[in-house]
Amino acid sequence: MLLRDVKFEEKWLPGNAACPGCGLSLGLRLLTKAIEKPVVVIPASCASVVQGAWPKSSASFPLLNIAMAGAGAAASGIANAYEMLGKEGTVVAWAGDGGTADIGLQALSGAAERGENIIFVMYDNEAYMNTGIQRSSSTPHGAWTTTTPEGKREFKKDVAAIMLVHNLEYVATASVSYPVDFIEKLKKAEAHKGTKFIQLYSPCPPGWRLDASKTIEVGKLAVETGAWILYEYENGKLTISPISSRFREKKARRPLIDYLSLQGRFAGISQQDIAKLEAEIDRKWEFLSKFE
Amino acid sequence: MADVNEEVYVIPEIDTKGLEKEFPLSKPGFGAGGKTNEWRLLRPVINYEKCIKCLICWIDCPEATITRGKDNSVAINYDYCKGCGVCANECPTKAIEMVKED
Repeated sequence: MLLRDVKFEEKWLPGNAACPGCGLSLGLRLLTKAIEKPVVVIPASCASVVQGAWPKSSASFPLLNIAMAGAGAAASGIANAYEMLGKEGTVVAWAGDGGTADIGLQALSGAAERGENIIFVMYDNEAYMNTGIQRSSSTPHGAWTTTTPEGKREFKKDVAAIMLVHNLEYVATASVSYPVDFIEKLKKAEAHKGTKFIQLYSPCPPGWRLDASKTIEVGKLAVETGAWILYEYENGKLTISPISSRFREKKARRPLIDYLSLQGRFAGISQQDIAKLEAEIDRKWEFLSKFE
Repeated sequence: MADVNEEVYVIPEIDTKGLEKEFPLSKPGFGAGGKTNEWRLLRPVINYEKCIKCLICWIDCPEATITRGKDNSVAINYDYCKGCGVCANECPTKAIEMVKED
C-alpha cells in the first residue's frame, strides 16, 4: 500500500480535546482510515477525554465509553450482538496501556481465550497520562513519571508477548510514526477471525516531556535505535516487519542516547540505567528471534 | 495555494430520538473540544513553491486539520489547527514554516 492509496475521508474530526501533537489522536485517525465501519469501545483513558465534551463528539463513528477494566468484555458483547443482529461493523477495543497492561488485562485475556471476533488495540503511551503521568507496568525502565521521580526501577511489561502465547491468529506491534504500516496491519487484523491484538507505540508530548512537534520523530528514533520493534505474528509465524528488520544487527542501530535525549522523562538517567536499557533491547531481539 | 477541502469530513445525520433520556449520547461535530485554534502559538504556513505533494504532512497530522484535495494538494484548516508543528518537522522539503501568531 502506498501513501496516496490511503482514504481521503476523515472520520476523526478536528477540534478534539487532545493535546497538540498527540500520538493517540493520530492513531484514532489512522484507525478510521484503515477500517471501513469501525465500532469502537474505549475504556477510561485519554481516549475517552479527547473525544470532547457532550453533546458533541469528535468521533464520526459508533463509540462506547466503558469502565476501565471492561474494554475486552464490552467489545465481546458488541461483537456478538452485531453478529446476531446481522449488522456490519468491525469491533475495535481501543485501550491505553493502563487499560490493557494493568487494569484491563483479565478482560482482554478472557476475550482472547473465548476467541471473540474483535481487534484489540493497545495505544501505548507508557504511563497513565490522563490522570497526571503516573507509572504503569508499560513504563520503560529509567523513565520519570510523577510516581517514579527518580526513574522507574522495573522494566516494561511485554503485553504483545503475553498475547502471543494466547495463540491468536494475529498479533502485531505498530507505531504512529509509520502510518502506512499501521493501516496495513489493521487491515490484516480485520481479515482474520477471532481476537486480534495490536500494540501501538503512541508518543505523548506532555507526559514524555517532549516537544509537540517531535511526536513522529521520536517514534522513528525508537525504531532506529531498536527500542521499539515492529513485528507481526500471523498464523503461528512471527515476522519482523521490513521497517524494523534493518535494525536486527546491533551495528545498524543508532545509539540509544539519540532516542533518550529527545525526551525530558529520561533527563536524569544514569549511565548504568542506559546500559540496562541497552541490555533489555538486546534481550528483546533475542527473545523475538526464537519465535521466527 | 489550495483551499481546505471540506468534503473530506464525514459527519452523518444521526437520529437519536427517544434515546437521549436513556443514555448520555453525543453526536459527531467539529470543535468538540472547543475552538482549538485558540491554543495555537505558532502557525504552520505552507510554501506551495516548495511543496512536492508527498502527503507526509497530511498523514502525520494528528488532528485531521490538513486536508487533501483531489490533486493531492494540501491545505491547513486554521479553524482548528493547534499548531503542534509535526507537519513542519516532518516535511521533507521544509516547505512548512512555523510562524509566530500575533
